[in-house]
Amino acid sequence: MATIEAALAQLVRQDAPRVLALLAGRYSDVHLADDAVADALAEAAKRWPTDGVPDNPGAWLNRVASRRAVDRIRRLDVERRRIRSAAPELHADPNETTTMHDMFLIDDPISDPNLPEDQLRLMFLCCHPALNRDAQVALTLRLIAGLTTDEIAAAYLIPTPTLAQRISRAKAKIRDAAIPLHMPSHLEHRLDVVLSVLYLVFNEGYLGRGEDPEPMRVDLCEEALRLTRSLVDLLPDHAEIHGLLALELFHHARRDARLDTNADLVLLPDQDRSTWHQGGIEQGNTALRDAMALKAPGRYQIQAMIAGYHTNATNADDTNWTRIADLYGRLVTIDPSPIAALNRAVAIGMADGPQAGLAALPNRDDLADYHLFHAAEAELHLMAGNVEPARTAFAEARRMARNPAEIRHLDRRIADIQ
Amino acid sequence: MEYMILLHSDESAAPDFAPGSPEFDAMMGEWMAFNAELAEGGHMIGGASLAPTGTATTLHKSPEGNSTTDGPYAETKEQLGGYYLVEAADLDEALAIAAKVPIPFGKFEVRPIAFRPEV
Repeated sequence: MATIEAALAQLVRQDAPRVLALLAGRYSDVHLADDAVADALAEAAKRWPTDGVPDNPGAWLNRVASRRAVDRIRRLDVERRRIRSAAPELHADPNETTTMHDMFLIDDPISDPNLPEDQLRLMFLCCHPALNRDAQVALTLRLIAGLTTDEIAAAYLIPTPTLAQRISRAKAKIRDAAIPLHMPSHLEHRLDVVLSVLYLVFNEGYLGRGEDPEPMRVDLCEEALRLTRSLVDLLPDHAEIHGLLALELFHHARRDARLDTNADLVLLPDQDRSTWHQGGIEQGNTALRDAMALKAPGRYQIQAMIAGYHTNATNADDTNWTRIADLYGRLVTIDPSPIAALNRAVAIGMADGPQAGLAALPNRDDLADYHLFHAAEAELHLMAGNVEPARTAFAEARRMARNPAEIRHLDRRIADIQ
Repeated sequence: MEYMILLHSDESAAPDFAPGSPEFDAMMGEWMAFNAELAEGGHMIGGASLAPTGTATTLHKSPEGNSTTDGPYAETKEQLGGYYLVEAADLDEALAIAAKVPIPFGKFEVRPIAFRPEV
């Protein structure tokens, strides 16, 4: 029984998204593909416990889902003809016909030559800029990562009906506004959207870690890494995808050191570096080298280089803050966000002393509501020996912070300087 | 698929060239070229440029009785100034058409047509 459950879980997570991408590509219809795959998965759950797991589960799913798709097209066709004969005036184009697709691919989906292209097109559809960010994330996790609605809702700590409604609204917009399932003409811009969705998923997993120790909860970091890796395979010539992969790998390598046993935040300089995953760091270094060999710099690569300088330093004092400050300077020119400028100021403070760091802080008005601005200012003041301004800034940071682990951390810092 | 492209832009920023001036002719030339491109591509169903919002009257309809007010429905900086009704293969094509409308700044809402009576 346990093996059947494991086989079904693998079918849902690994084979279902592939078959869905193939069917969506074949019929240019993501709804049909999603419904057909859901039918086939239900059939697997019903039949496998008695019939046993097929020799090639992926090929089985492909065959059954393809058959279900054709069944659905036939039913729809009958329905359409009935409506058309009942109300012909509603149909401006009487010559429109539905082609009958009877071609079955009984092969393992992985060996289908259309798979990479179909997966990419589906990924670009899920991350179409006409969908809002929440919808892009939900669709990507549901259709590309193969997570269930329950799993996504649990990962984001939102009620399942809310998430289900978000997905059905997005799917309705895809259908009603005719958002196309094709390769975008402006690939770089659209790829940027996909990368930001993947990084958002990763960060949700990273920042949410430890807040809800539910063991069955899907690890969004692992899911983001899996999706980023598959995107690297699909578009190997795009440097920024390798850059994002490196960035995620460097962060992920430090996953066990970020929180202590009380789920309290441990800052980078205080982390136990022996718990960092060396294999992950090596993979990050490789991904970063692959990115840089393509000679097309970008913000993910710069952030990965910064993360790489941190994660490759054997102890906190060995950190090359001068290089990191330079890299933040480059990041600010590409992505002129006040947060990048804040990080640059912190790095300058570490490299050239707290006075230089304080002088480099971005305009306070741009980040007045951002707790980390005040926390960084407080730390720089503390380094410079300005106790009272540090106290004031910490209090401001404490007032703005929302994450419980961060609040506890700030409380400790405030207590430290009493 | 048919889409409506609703052209919202700041009418106070719209160019106010005198008819007959070279600037006016250049502007009209751009619009005529765009309209010709739409027609030749088989995209043009219709479109219109609206008179300024100073000419608008809003009818407030209700079972309790109708009333009218002077001005457009929404008092915003960017106003509905015109529209195109286009035929496009999908949303991406409709958005590409909207991007080519020769107004440099604005918010162009692209909506699929649900139903349109044949005339």
